[in-house]
Amino acid sequence: MSNAHASHEKCLLTVISEAVLEARLLDDLQRLGAPGWTVSDARGRGNRGVRNAGWDNDGNVRIEVVCSRTLAEKLSQHVQQQYYADYAMICYLSAVEVLRPEKF
Amino acid sequence: MGWDPVVLFFVFGLAAGLLRSELKLPPALYETLSIILLLAIGLHGGVELAEQASPALVGQMALVLLMGLLLPLVAFPLLMLLRFSRVDSANIAAHYGSVSAGTFAVVVAYLTAQGVFFESYMPLFVAILEVPAILVGIVLARGVSRGTPWRALGREIFLGKSIMLLLGGLIIGVLAGKEAVAPLEPLYTSMFAPVLAFFLLEMGLIASKQMGALRRVGIRLVGFALLMPWIGAATGLGFASLMDLSVGGTAMLATLGASASYIAVPAAMRLALPQANPSLSLGASLGITFPFNILIGIPLYLQIAQYMNEARIL
Repeated sequence: MSNAHASHEKCLLTVISEAVLEARLLDDLQRLGAPGWTVSDARGRGNRGVRNAGWDNDGNVRIEVVCSRTLAEKLSQHVQQQYYADYAMICYLSAVEVLRPEKF
Repeated sequence: MGWDPVVLFFVFGLAAGLLRSELKLPPALYETLSIILLLAIGLHGGVELAEQASPALVGQMALVLLMGLLLPLVAFPLLMLLRFSRVDSANIAAHYGSVSAGTFAVVVAYLTAQGVFFESYMPLFVAILEVPAILVGIVLARGVSRGTPWRALGREIFLGKSIMLLLGGLIIGVLAGKEAVAPLEPLYTSMFAPVLAFFLLEMGLIASKQMGALRRVGIRLVGFALLMPWIGAATGLGFASLMDLSVGGTAMLATLGASASYIAVPAAMRLALPQANPSLSLGASLGITFPFNILIGIPLYLQIAQYMNEARIL
């Protein structure tokens, strides 16, 4: 690692939930000020059973947001309050290093 | 007469799924097939509608709307009686009040193969029947409350995939007319059955998975899923005779009444009633009612419609 590229620590928020929630989750992220996000289709198994993305109503999405620790905590608290009770959802934070901190 | 190959494809998918075979169609294919089917159905309806539109249609549409409001109101007390929770009852009632476009595609193919005439504008009724049950279901579960995200729901309900495709095809068909649509005709003639066959293969695989889930939820739900199609079909037959439909149209409306949604309603209800258990409603509609209608119901409804016609009840 060269010292010329000083790395900056940011937070990666990952939310995995039911595909049906995608539009609502993205609305929430926009409203709460997430700087950007990446969405991908996902499948898997959890305590709400197998979700194997075989067809429309059976898929999951994974939404990833890189942002400050404070915002990531705010976002994760929001989704937890709104959706944890009724939907298949997990959400976790991890520390990541980014090259352009001003972007996030 | 041999077995209907299209139905055999469904049985094949069902068997492969129940045997836990590795067979799996890519999700994008299922999506593609259902888009082609719905567009083809809409287009065909539109082309014919342009040729034989009549003012009586308005009254018929109103009756169909009424039927869509009535069906969930019949299903709901029955479910409460079977001791499902209020939210689950409302959720399942919405599924059964609405319609399955996949089942509709099968009845179209069946009647066409049998050479039975049916009214061209039936796809319009599919679109009309899809919506009201969802609204009734939501109101049954929670009254008219402010907590309901109506805006997001509105988009889900009125601009959902199947409604858009059916109405889009219908409008294109009406605007273009029969001659101009001729190059696209294979969509609803020679191509329809092959596409439907592949679609049903995938539906068999999907239904088999739901059957596995049903083992956990028990006999009451299975009973309901087998009983409700008869009630729905009877309602459809009654409304068809009020509407003066042909034998084929009567069989179709009975099929629509008997069918339960598994695409539009689950998505909308998941947002509107998150507390409801989706594996109950999907298990019943996909695991039991869909196969029942495909394998037994549709030929039966046609026979009853023909019998009613001969007995001049119509």
